[in-house]
Parts: sequence; C-alpha cells; structure tokens
Amino acid sequence: MAYVAHDETAYVAPLEVEEEHLYHAKTWLGKYVFCQDAKVIAIQYACTAMGIGLVALVFSLIMRLQLGFPNTFAFIAPEDYYQYVTMHGMIMVIYLLTALFLGGFGNYLIPLMVGARDMVFPYVNMISFWVYFLAVLILVASMFVPGGATGSGWTLYPPQAVTSGTPGSDLGIILMLVSLIVFIIGFTMGGLNYVVTVLQGRTRGMTLMRMPLTIWGIFMATVLALLAFPALLVACIMMLFDKIIGTSFFMPAVISMGEQLPHTGGSPVLFEHLFWFFGHPEVYIVALPAFGIVSDLLSTHARKTIFGYRMMVWAIVVIGGLSFIVWAHHMYVSGMNPYFGFFFATTTLIIAIPTAIKVYNWVLTLWHGNIRLNVPMMFAIGFIFTFINGGLTGLFLGNVTVDLPLSDTYFVVAHFHMVMAVSPVLVVFGAIYHWYPKMTGRMLNDSLGKVHFWITFLGTYAIYYPMHYLGFLGLPRRYYAMGPTEFMPASAQSLNQFITIAALVVGAAQLIFLYNLITSYRNGKESGDNPWESTTLEWQTAETPPGHGNFGKDLPLVYRWAYDYSVPGAPSDFLPQNLPPQGGSAEGIKED
Amino acid sequence: MSNEIAVETGRSIDLVEGLPGIVSDWSSDQRAFKRVPWGKAMMWIFLLSDTFIFSCFLLSYMKVRMTTVVPWPNPSEVFALTIGGHHIPLVLIAIMTFILISSSGTMAMAVMFGYRKNKKVTGWLIILTALFGASFVGMQAFEWTKLIVEEGVRPWGNPMGAAQFGACFFMITGFHGFHVSIGVVFLVIMAVKVFRGSLDIGRPGLFTHRPGDYEEIEIMGLYWHFVDLVWVFIFAFFYLW
Ligand code: HEM
Ligand SMILES: [Cu+2]
Repeated sequence: MAYVAHDETAYVAPLEVEEEHLYHAKTWLGKYVFCQDAKVIAIQYACTAMGIGLVALVFSLIMRLQLGFPNTFAFIAPEDYYQYVTMHGMIMVIYLLTALFLGGFGNYLIPLMVGARDMVFPYVNMISFWVYFLAVLILVASMFVPGGATGSGWTLYPPQAVTSGTPGSDLGIILMLVSLIVFIIGFTMGGLNYVVTVLQGRTRGMTLMRMPLTIWGIFMATVLALLAFPALLVACIMMLFDKIIGTSFFMPAVISMGEQLPHTGGSPVLFEHLFWFFGHPEVYIVALPAFGIVSDLLSTHARKTIFGYRMMVWAIVVIGGLSFIVWAHHMYVSGMNPYFGFFFATTTLIIAIPTAIKVYNWVLTLWHGNIRLNVPMMFAIGFIFTFINGGLTGLFLGNVTVDLPLSDTYFVVAHFHMVMAVSPVLVVFGAIYHWYPKMTGRMLNDSLGKVHFWITFLGTYAIYYPMHYLGFLGLPRRYYAMGPTEFMPASAQSLNQFITIAALVVGAAQLIFLYNLITSYRNGKESGDNPWESTTLEWQTAETPPGHGNFGKDLPLVYRWAYDYSVPGAPSDFLPQNLPPQGGSAEGIKED
Repeated sequence: MSNEIAVETGRSIDLVEGLPGIVSDWSSDQRAFKRVPWGKAMMWIFLLSDTFIFSCFLLSYMKVRMTTVVPWPNPSEVFALTIGGHHIPLVLIAIMTFILISSSGTMAMAVMFGYRKNKKVTGWLIILTALFGASFVGMQAFEWTKLIVEEGVRPWGNPMGAAQFGACFFMITGFHGFHVSIGVVFLVIMAVKVFRGSLDIGRPGLFTHRPGDYEEIEIMGLYWHFVDLVWVFIFAFFYLW
C-alpha cells in the first residue's frame, strides 16, 4: 500500500558550501565560559534571562502586595513602586522574553533544526552573549546607584523620565539607557547570526518551506528586531544627550518645581513615535517565536500535521510586515489627526486577520488529533486560551473611540498581560518541558509539571480576569494607591486583594518549576534520543545532549517537511525529516 | 538555465536567470542567495539595520526642525568659508563630499584588483581609500572646531537660531564620522592582510576564512559604499535644505 507524504522527493541537491570548520576550544575557559558552541551560548542566555526574570517576578509581587493591601507594608514607598513598575516591565519584555526566545531558543534550536553544525559566526555569537550579560549588569547596577533605578515606566517617556521629581531621573535613567544601547549592540551581533544561518546555512534538502514553524517564528522575530531596535537605539542616544549635555530633542520648555529648565523647543511626541516604532514590533518579537513553537508543540503532541502550513508561514511573514505600520495605536491619547487615527486603527484591525488564521489553524490541528495530553501539550493548549482572550481585548483597544476611555486603565494592563506576557510565558514553559530532554538527556518530572501548569494557568485567569473589570470601573494603571474615589466602589478593593493572593500563589508555583528544573537534571528519567517521537532534526542527533557539531560525522539530509505525523500507511506514526523516501526500516512503505 | 560552478565546492549547481531565478533560489535548499558567502549576506543585513538607524536620525532631525518655533539657521551661511577674500558657501562640504565619493571609486577598484589577485595594486588602493577616509574625518574635525570655536555653536544652543541645529548637526555628522573612522581602521587592517598575503593562505583571523578568496575586500567595500551613500543623504537633507 502506498502512503502519501507531503511533497516528498528523492532528489537532494549536492552540497553547495563546504562544511564549516568547527572551532575546538582548548582551555577550560574557552569550553565553558567563552564558549562558541551555540548550544552552550543558548543555555547561558537562558539562565541569565531567567535569573533576571525572577527579579522582575519578585518586583511584580511586591507591587501586588502594595495594591492589594495599601498602607500595610511600610517598606514599599511610593517612589519604590514606580521603580518596581518600570523595572518589572522593562526586564520582562526585553531582558527576559526577547533574550530568552531569540538568544536562548534561537541559539539552541536554529542550528539543530535547520541541520547546521553551528551558527555561521560562532565567535560573534559568543561575544553577543557577553555583551548581553554586560547589559544586564548595567541594568542591575542602575538599581543601586544614588537615586535608584528609573521610575518613569517601561516606556521611559520624556520629559518626566529625565526631570527631577521622577525617581531615578539622574543616574538611574542614564544607566537604563546605556543598558538598552548595550543590549541592542549585543542583540544585533546575535541577530545577524540567526538570520544568516537560516538563510544561508541550512543542510541539504532543507528548503525554507520545509523548515519547522519554530524556526520561521524565530527567524521573522529576529528580522523584526533588527529593523525595530534601531528606532529604540536612536531614541536612547537622543535622550542621553538631552540628559547629559542638555540638548533639547525631546524636551520642550518645561517649568519643573517652579524652575524653568534650560530646554526649549523639543518634541516629546517624537520620542513616542520612535519608542513605539520599536515597541509594537517588540510585541511581535516575543509573540512570533511563541507562535512558531506552539505550532510545533501542538502538531507533535497531537500526532497530526500542522493545519495549513503554508498559511501559517505566510501569516507569520504578513504579521511581521504589518507590525511596522500600527505603532501609533499606542498613542491615541497623545492626540493625533483623526485620519491618522483612522489609518492606525485600520491597520491594527487588519493584523487580526492573519492572527485569527493562525488561531483557527491551531485549533484545527487539534481537531481529530491523537492528543497526548502531556505537560508541553497542556501549556500549548493553555496558550491558545490566553492568547484568544488577550487578542479579543486587543480589538477593543485598537479602535480609537473605544480606546480613549480605556487607555491607561487596568483594562490595558489585563490586555497586554494576557496577550504578550502570559501567553508567551506559557509557551516558554511548554518549550522548556519539551526540549529539556534534548538539552540534558533527562525528562522533567511529569506530576510536578502538571501541578505547575494548573496553578499557573488558572492563576493567570484569577489575576487578570478581574483586572478587566477594574479597568472598566476606571482604575488607572501605574498608581501606587487609589485612596477614596467616587467611581471605585469599596468592593473593588477586595477584588484587588483577591488578585494579590492569586499572584502570590502563581509566583510561589514557579518555585515548583525551578525545583523541577534543578532536581531533574540529576534524577530525571532518562529520555533517550527522541522521547516525544518527533520528526524534526534536533531529535535525530546521534547523541543526547548533542555534542559539539550537533550531528556527529555526517550532516542529516532532509527529504520531507517537519510534519509527517500519522501518515496513512506508514509504519510508524511519525516520519523523521531525514528519513529517505523508500529506505525506511520496515515493510509497508514500498509502493505496490 | 545556466550551469554555474559553486565557488566553494567546485560542484555545479543549476542557476536560473531573472525573476524565476529568484523564486527558484528561495525555494531551494541550503541557501536563499546562491553564490553569496555568509559574510556578505551578513553585511547586507547589517547595512539594512544600519539604514534604519540613519533613517531614524534623519527623520528625527526633520521632525525637530519642523517642531521648533525658533528659525533654523541658514546652512549655506553657517557652512561658508572665506577663502582669499571670497565668501564661498558650502565649499568645505563640497570638497568633503567629493573626497568621499572618490574614495568609493578607489574602493571599487580595490575590489576588482582583489579578484584579479593583484596584491600590490589592491593593497595600495585600499590604503588610498583609507587616506581619503581619514582626510574626510580630518576635515570634519576642522569643521567642528570652526563651528564650536568661531561660531559658538553648541549642542544645547547657538547664536544663529534654533537650539536643535547644533544638536542635530553634532549628533548626525558625529555618528557618520564614527562610521567612517571605523571603516578607516578596518581598511588599514585589511591592507596589512593583503600585503602579508593572509587572504591567499586564509590565515585564521578577523575577516579571513577561505584561502585564496578576496571576497572580504568586497564585503569591506559594501560597508564603505554604504557610508558614502548615507553621506549623500546627510548632505542633501542637512546642508542643502
Ligand atoms: C505573575 C506574573 C505577573 C504579575 C503578577 C504582574 C503584575 C504587574 C503589575 C502589578 C504591574 C503594574 C501595573 C500598574 O501599576 O500599572 C505590571 C506591569 C507590567 N507588566 Fe507585569 N506582571 C506579571 C508578569 C509579566 C510578564 C511575564 C510580562 C512580560 C511581558 C509583564 C509585563 C509588564 C509590563 C510591560 C508592564 C507595564 C509596566 C509599565 O507600566 O511601565 N508582566 N505587571
Ligand atoms: Cu502595539
């Protein structure tokens, strides 16, 4: 009986590029610290990002303590609150998620999944991590300088970011800007590597349209980052000049605390444009890798081909392109020509189309699948829920007239946490449960994983659902304490307490995850090479964890796409990408 | 359909001409840009990113120039020199532009002679390019000094008009001059490599990997032409507007 596989071909083009000469480190320092192997760099990136991410998590819990129980904790002063908000937001978005998805998963998965021995420029790649590390150090340093970290919110809007009265308006903001500049430099070095590896470093038979969606997501996100970070870089440089040498790019004439500042004639709105020209693509920089990874998790664990692979790829590309022309939907309240508002609202709503296509395809991938409800799959399905939720509220906020009253309320906080905070983080967890066996050779503990999932997933809803309601009531974001108001009923405070308790529980649940990560490294069940029976190349390596050079003596040849699950008539329910058309092991493959 | 030899392995690959060629390259395996070495691809993408940086700088400059209510100083007055009793607007900038564009010419020739494996000529052309670049930066330093010392232009203000004039000027030309300076340093390194024959034997190090290949010079050239092109835009938008 013949079986049908997707676009199968026996022909594999000859080698075009000689194999990379791998650099073999000779010293201990070169092997473990300044290592040029993308897999080690990935783990360095991931550990640093998760370390600093934990700090941001603790900050959010401190904020919640204050919001739930105002006037109770003497150690949280109003200025501190603003610094916590700022650092929490900035770290989560840039130093955790961007670094983790691109530096962490990108480094680990790109060479393995496209069948390369390493990134194309391993040395630059190594430097990239250390520059990122330096950026994190500068960021941490900014919390300890006189005046403390900046408290201007993660958007760093001038004039208040650099005007006295805002916490950390001297050294704090300077170090913050320097840290961002350093981060961008480091990222660019890594990002060039990821892009060129995907475009020019694939193995024989790996066409772009056979790449797993994970790689598509990471690739497109990197392209976005390479084109969006320049705007942030320029904004940081100009704000530094405003702060240090007294130029007036962003600073109009300001009277602050009864004193006329030496600035004149600058444009604060210019900063907003630059910031959001970066800021909106940034949302997709953390979302696209999540989209890609979740597609692979769903397909693998549902034992089904991904629904509409081509549509998925094009949706990623289209979303990436559109994300550059929607930025001013963050600026409706800054005041703009109604026609601009119309334009940006339209483009924003148009993005919903490819995004909805992706959601339908995920759901259709599950449809009639042979679902294995293991921990990565649970996180992947959880992602679909939170993402739909956050996406729907995004439709509200994309419309100018609906956004105006909701802007800067907890409705917005709830929206962006659902769509760009919790959703990608769920994917991060799912991805770690999925790929941990490849990185360490051991499985993470399943029961602990399930506990972790349910607390995190349900806790998320407990935290953010009530926030939508608080936002409708008019609770403003970035407020240290509300005090008595006419529009907030007293019961709103009990809701706030409820949210805080839920947040504390979710925060504590992450300790289970950490415990799992650490203990499974030694005691986890042996995973073998391909515990999930997955088709993609990283599971077909000779050893687990893969050695230096990834694939042993010969690079794999790719004969098929990444989603040959449950192919009718095939001997097993998955056909690895490097399985030749006829030469499979068992009978039943031959045509008759 | 033409049969091209892949430079790296000596094996032949099929290349298609024109638009269908682009489609077939992108839908093929291994490389989306056939015959483009990794370093060159990386440089192109880096330059794309750098384009966004310069565009942001220039757009920001235009924006503040339109926002400020104080009149903008007239560039052709500010950047005029009095030579032999004649008041000539923009003369220094004209010379600088001419030099930088000439340096692109010598760079292009260096690339060509590099592919012809003519070490001596290539090396000297690169040195010449570096000299052009250095003199450009030198004249820029002269211009800066004149503005600061004689005209009293500061980043935070100037006697002629809008405060943003000095700020934009120093920031944008400074950022560009920084690019040129980096280029000069790398050109010198490259020249040393060419004279030493490092490119022939592929001695491991910055920029060298495959023996007998002068593509590194072309990659360097891409950067240099880009810096040049950016200058044309700065010239047009800052000095001529
Ligand atoms: C347990 C998880 C989390 C909790 C309890 C939490 C809580 C909070 C709180 C209380 C605020 C401040 C609201 C205000 O006063 O305006 C906030 C702001 C913010 N959070 Fe989270 N958060 C969590 C996870 C995340 C994650 C994973 C991200 C990653 C994208 C994130 C991104 C942000 C951003 C960007 C802000 C805005 C900061 C600003 O207004 O400048 N959060 N979060
Ligand atoms: Cu946006």
